[in-house]
This record gives sequence, C-alpha cells and structure tokens, in this order.
Amino acid sequence: MEKLLMKGNEAIAEAAIRAGCRHFYGYPITPQTEVSAYMSKKMPKVGGLFLQSESEVAAINMVYGSAAAGVRTMTSSSSPGISLKSEGISYIAGADLPCVILNIVRGGPGLGGIQPAQSDYFQATKGGGHGDYHLVVLAPSSIQECVDLTFEAFDIADTYRLPVMIMGDGMLGQMMEPVVFGEHKGREIPEKTWACSGTNMKREHNIVNSLYIDPKELEDTVIARQKKYDYILENEVKYETDSVEDADIVLVAYGTIGRVAKNAMIKARAEGLKVGLVRPITLWPFPAKAINDIASTAKAFISVEMSMGQMVEDVRLAVNGKAPVYFTGRTGGIIPQPTEILEKIKEVAGGIK
Amino acid sequence: MKTVFDKPHALTDVPFHYCPGCTHGIVHRLVAEVMDELGIEGKTVGVASVGCSVFSYNYFNCDMVQAAHGRAPAVGTGVKRANPDNIVFTYQGDGDLAAIGTAETIHAATRGENITIIFINNAIYGMTGGQMAPTSLVGQITQTTPYGRKIETQGYPIRVCEMLATLEGPSYLERVSVDDVKNIKNAKKAIKKAFEYQIEGKGFNLIEVLSTCPTNWGLSPVEALEWLRNNLMVHYPLGVFKDKGAENNE
Repeated sequence: MEKLLMKGNEAIAEAAIRAGCRHFYGYPITPQTEVSAYMSKKMPKVGGLFLQSESEVAAINMVYGSAAAGVRTMTSSSSPGISLKSEGISYIAGADLPCVILNIVRGGPGLGGIQPAQSDYFQATKGGGHGDYHLVVLAPSSIQECVDLTFEAFDIADTYRLPVMIMGDGMLGQMMEPVVFGEHKGREIPEKTWACSGTNMKREHNIVNSLYIDPKELEDTVIARQKKYDYILENEVKYETDSVEDADIVLVAYGTIGRVAKNAMIKARAEGLKVGLVRPITLWPFPAKAINDIASTAKAFISVEMSMGQMVEDVRLAVNGKAPVYFTGRTGGIIPQPTEILEKIKEVAGGIK
Repeated sequence: MKTVFDKPHALTDVPFHYCPGCTHGIVHRLVAEVMDELGIEGKTVGVASVGCSVFSYNYFNCDMVQAAHGRAPAVGTGVKRANPDNIVFTYQGDGDLAAIGTAETIHAATRGENITIIFINNAIYGMTGGQMAPTSLVGQITQTTPYGRKIETQGYPIRVCEMLATLEGPSYLERVSVDDVKNIKNAKKAIKKAFEYQIEGKGFNLIEVLSTCPTNWGLSPVEALEWLRNNLMVHYPLGVFKDKGAENNE
C-alpha cells in the first residue's frame, strides 16, 4: 500500500474526506490552520464544501445545522477556539447530533501560546460546555493514528449520535510522518431517520432540539443519554500498554508525550528499573479499569502530561488508592524531555523500596 | 358545507402559547400560508431561535431545528449547505438577531446565503420578561431601562434592514407590519416573495416584521397596536430596502 509523507493536520483532513465528510466549517487559528487550507483545496474537487465562517461560534453552529440535516460534518480549531465552540458543542450533545471536532491543543489559559500543550484535558473530558454531557475524546500519538482515529471518530459519532473530539496537539498537527490510508472497513451506521431534510409530506415533521421545559422530561432525556454513555464506557475504551506486566512504576501518558514517555521507559529499563507504560487512546471513556487492574501489581504510577496535571486526577480515581500516583510534566508549550521524566522515575523509585 | 377559513396545513394542531394580543400568531400563520401556497412544506426546514418563538418548532409542520441564541443564521447555513434543495428559513426576534446574533446575521447576509429570515422586531426581549432590545427606542421604558433608554448609556437602536441594505449579498430586504389588515396582506406578499426568491436561488433575504408585545410593553392589545403605529413605525419606516429582482427588471 502507498505510503505518503504528511503533516498531522493534513492527514486528519484527508482522512475526514475519505471517511465521507463533505461539509467542513472552519475559522483560522494556529496551530491547526493547515486543516482548513487542505479542506479548501480538496473539498471542491470531491463535491464537498469548505466554508470559512465568521467565528468559531458560527462554525460550530454550521456544523450543528449540517449534522441536523443528516450529513457527516466537521470543524477544527485550537484551544481558544474550542472555548468559543463550547456553547455549540453543548447544544450538539443536547440534541444528540453526530459530528467531529478536532482540537489541536496549544498552551493556555487565555490567548496562551501557539506551542503544543495538553492543558485542555479537563475541558475535553469533563464537559467544556454546560450541562450533563460527554464527548468521546480520541487522542492519537502518531500521524498514522491520527488517520485511523479520524475514520473511527465519524463512525463513533454516527453510531451513538454524539459529538466526538479528536484531541491532538501542535506537535502532532505540524509533525510529518509516513501514513497509509488503508481500506477502512467502517461500522454499520444506523439510518438517520431523525434528520431534518424535509418531510416530503411522507412523515411527521422531525424536530432537532435540546429544550425541555418540563424538568421530568429533561431528566428523562439526560438519563437516556447517560445510558448511552454507560454503554460507551463498557465498549469503546482504547489504550495501549507496554511492559506493564512486571512493572513497579507505570507511566500514564497520551498523545505526543506518550511517545516521549516511552523513550523514558526504555532508558529506565536500561538502568534496571522496572517501568511500564499505559497510553490512553480514548481519554473519555478513560481506561480506568485497565489502570486499576495494573494497580494490583504496580507499586506506583506517574502521570506524565504537557499540563500542570489534569489527567492525573483520572489516574488517581482509576488507581483508587491501590498505589501512590505522582505527576510530572511541563506546560505552556514546553515538551518534557525523556531525561526529565527519567529523573522523576528515579525519584519515585527511591521512595517505593 | 363549503369551508371558507381553515388552518394552513403547514401549521400543526398544537395551540400557540403566545400572550393575548401578541402578533407572533399572525406571522406564524402567514409563513404557513406561504408554505401551503408554494407547496414547499415537504422540502422546508425551519430554524427556531431563542426567545418567545423558541417553541415555533412545535407549531410548524415542516422539519424544524432549534438553534442557540443568535445562531439561527449559522445553523440555517449548515442546513442549507447540507441539502441545497431544501427551503430554509429562520424565525428570530430582535434580541436574537440584532444583539447576540449580529455577526451571524451580517455574515449570512454578505455571503448571500440562500435562506430566508423572518425577523420579528417588537423592540423588547419578550421571553425573559421585557428587557431592553437592540431595537428598543430612545426613551423606551423596559425592565433594564426603567428610566427610559438613554443615548449616553445605551446608545441608539439598530435599523436592521437599512444596515443590511449596505451589503451586496442580500437579494431582498423589506420591513412590514402586522398592525392592520392592509399591512398584514402586504406582509404576506413580502414573505411569499422572499420564499420565491429563495426558490429561484436569488440568495439571502430578510423580512422584518414590526410586531407587538402587549405584556412587556404594559399595554392592552389595542393600545399596543397604536403604540406600534405611533412609535415603532416612525423610527422603523415600512418599505423595501433592497430588491435584486426589481433592480434586474429596471
């Protein structure tokens, strides 16, 4: 199969088109602008639409409209832009609409910086917008995984009727690696009988809505959605483990830093330290059960992040007191070096004897 | 027996929740009559906004999408671009369209987005209980301008049709009123023309409908109609502000 050398942002855009997305709405923001640039070049050639909106707020609402109309649709942005989209994301979740949102995370808060970061973990996994809802959050760590998870993202969104976020960072977006666009088998997608594309006078009118004035009715819809989330928690968790079987210390890291953490693990092993790695691929649903199982044999965990420590809270909940959970990381656009992580490993190793 | 008056098919049987004397009901009916007459109910998708007309998704028989406050033109854009053969309209109030949704309105207009906007201007926020709207008149007393709207503090009311008429995107902009039979008939003509323009692919159009809010104006339905004539119509003159169809005929 043909191997192509592509930037993460462009590979995601190409994968989205191949996954059947023909309606993309974007607003410029660094470091994800290549997605829009790619879409604006390619969409007209496949009969699709790239529309540059007047704001991130408008873009996500155009996605809402196209999703309500029953087509595969997507938007992409970076951290400050995702904050602006959060209103629309809440409405999309509340109206049970499928779509894909790409967040190429940069440092924050505020305007922050434009270098890679993971400081939007809370926003992505704990809500972001208002109300009881979740996104399925996929976190690739290579360009190939960016491609594979983009196909998955559209399928998951359509299967469960919910917004799916692909969370990368500036490093993944800008980095080039060889990728293969293989044959994607795809899931069986239920027919979109709820879509608003005209009744043709053949059925009752469809209403896409998230408003329920009667509290009982609202509670019922939220509970029904929660059941969907419960099913996803059981069935859609993805993660990768490396050398955890005999590990005393287990690193937990996702995305870009998942790769750096692996290097740190290899260095530690070379020095005789029994270190393993869990790399969550779905941040929501979080691989809590897998981590809890590993906590039966591991003596300590270190959450390694490009933030001040956000995922560490989920690791702690997953470990549930079975072992101490530590954190190491850098933020603001600085990627921790394997040596920095190794230092933390040695510090923790010194304490667990 | 011969039927001389009936509910348009494009309206459901759900009773309106609107206050006595509110003109939303009239405008809903006009939009529905136009859908019936043009035979487009089956291919129309409406976008409800936030405000008193939020429940319009229960009243129109066509497919309906409910949008966040101010975002209806963006949502309508997404619906129309997904299925360009659909007829798409939004139904928005003044707070929704001319305050929180100003950007979405202007940019849908300047793109010439081929959708129709029914814009209800009653110079007040109805559903939240009568706060100052972007179209509230200078001196108008509302819940949040208890001493009257002051230029020094709240600035001037926005004339939406005049503002949009400076853009090249819109195909048709008209301000109408539903305060009497003559004006209601004219309003229907305008709404019908707007939908026809969309069918013909002429691009963005907006019909601004001067409307009443007796409850929040603190007036009886009859007094409200008079206030509309004596105040709203003075600041917001009725008329056509842009008509690409007419320009082409000249």
